[in-house]
Amino acid sequence: MTIHQLSIFVENRQGTLIKVLQLLKEAGVQLIASTIADTVEYGIYRIICSEPDRAYSILRDKGISVALSDVFAIELDDQVGRAADTLTLFSEAGISIAYMYSFLLKGKGILVFRTDDNEKTCQVIREQGLKYIPESDLSKY
Amino acid sequence: MPIWNRHKECMSLDERAELQGKRLHKIVDYVYHNTPFYRDRMQSIGVEPDDIQTIGDIVKLPFTTKQDLRDNYPFGMQAAPQSEIVRVHASTGTTGKPTIVGYTRKDISVWSEAVARAFTSFGVTRDDLFSVAYGYGLFTGGLGVHYGLENLGASVIPTSTGNTEKHARLLADLNITGIACTPSYALHLAEVLGKSGYSPEDLSLRIGAFGGEPWTENMRREVESRLGLKAYNIYGLSEIMGPGVSFECEMQSGSHINDDHFYPELIDPKTLSPVSDGQTGELVFTTLTKDGMPLLRYRTRDLTTLDHSPCSCGRTMARMGRIVGRSDDMLIIRGINVFPSQIESVILGFPEFEPHYVLVVDRVANLDTLLVQVEVRPEFFTDDVRTIENQQKKLADAIKSVISISAAVRVQFPGTIKRSEGKGTHIVDNRKIL
Repeated sequence: MTIHQLSIFVENRQGTLIKVLQLLKEAGVQLIASTIADTVEYGIYRIICSEPDRAYSILRDKGISVALSDVFAIELDDQVGRAADTLTLFSEAGISIAYMYSFLLKGKGILVFRTDDNEKTCQVIREQGLKYIPESDLSKY
Repeated sequence: MPIWNRHKECMSLDERAELQGKRLHKIVDYVYHNTPFYRDRMQSIGVEPDDIQTIGDIVKLPFTTKQDLRDNYPFGMQAAPQSEIVRVHASTGTTGKPTIVGYTRKDISVWSEAVARAFTSFGVTRDDLFSVAYGYGLFTGGLGVHYGLENLGASVIPTSTGNTEKHARLLADLNITGIACTPSYALHLAEVLGKSGYSPEDLSLRIGAFGGEPWTENMRREVESRLGLKAYNIYGLSEIMGPGVSFECEMQSGSHINDDHFYPELIDPKTLSPVSDGQTGELVFTTLTKDGMPLLRYRTRDLTTLDHSPCSCGRTMARMGRIVGRSDDMLIIRGINVFPSQIESVILGFPEFEPHYVLVVDRVANLDTLLVQVEVRPEFFTDDVRTIENQQKKLADAIKSVISISAAVRVQFPGTIKRSEGKGTHIVDNRKIL
């Protein structure tokens, strides 16, 4: 139910992002969504891409500090308040969101997030019949 | 320039060797009967105190290493009964165990003599107002210099480290004429003075006594021009005594070792055979007069050169060159001895981290910095910032409590730290001071 996200540890130095993006470009990996969490000393560059596992090996072999993390990607209807409704479901189940970001994919809003309890999150998604993006779908984009 | 103890500092080489020989025999006899560790060592190689009559006989004696001090933690190396000990200092050790050094009243007085000789040689007199900005406490720097300067008769201001702004103000307002601290702290102080609007002309500083960490001629020139003083080197180590083991004279051609108290040898760290004057080797000290914790042939791990020829200043004590390195992987950061293994043992205490790490030492704005890069284990891996920062803080606090200086910790993702191939590869020292 989760998808693989690339988490890249980037130092606050000019050129680090370009290096990562260039490597993905050369490998023909398609970027679907990305976001940066920045702190004073470093940043974490999170990427959803077409082939996360292959991208991971490539970056790693090039000495990039990268890890694969499991995140959820939920598809939302194009209506006001859907994000609020969805998050309420998790909150009511006692699940905390560690971080979250969203993007549009073919006109659909996608909510990407990581929680403190993957098992419980899966249960909520199943019980509530939420529409999620499976890992296998990523390669289609 | 005056000499504090002309009789001892300028005696002929023959007289010196004779005095050293007598004192060596006496100290060997003393440790044989008061330190079980040395009695066992000597018996195991078949040496009796009476086999040691001249200073040349020293080569028959066993070496002492930092490991021996650790193995006998805390008081196993102490020869004097506890009732005779009036002070205890501690230096950092490789496994988190410090080296404990007890001093008798006589030891403190010898130490004060050694330091008074040093500061007299720098030109300090009873009329000087001297700021001691070494750390006071377990570290020998502060109190060691303090007692020596009092012995000399100068007015001592126990500034200690930290609160540099206040220190800068005192330097100007009190017309302080001398300062003792680590060379990097002196540069930091110069920086703060500049920011507070003081120039060297506003100060009355004339003499600086610097030591506790390796430094270069370039740093000497920089400190001299930025603080408007003449900078002298003072060397020491707590296992042997503390600051004052050796010091520069006005010729600044090596540091004179108080070798009527601390007898130096230079050896090849691999073969342990003697190294001749001018060649680089590991410095070894025997305390000739110490009662609290006398040491025979203690291997300092400091690499330097020796020169036994009399100096044109009139002193006949052997001179040592600058410390050009270490024969182990000890780092000196802000004057504090740090062993990578200390940090390693802290990291090993956390299940979250792999035992792979990189220590990056740098000098930023004239202060040493230490960055510890460590890898989180896959099962503890998270890419969320708050958790990573908690992990960093936890480790940084634990490291500080062991090495007593702050280190920045950078938690890295699993598999991202290069596996070290052999000793020393996990240390990056960017200070370029040697």
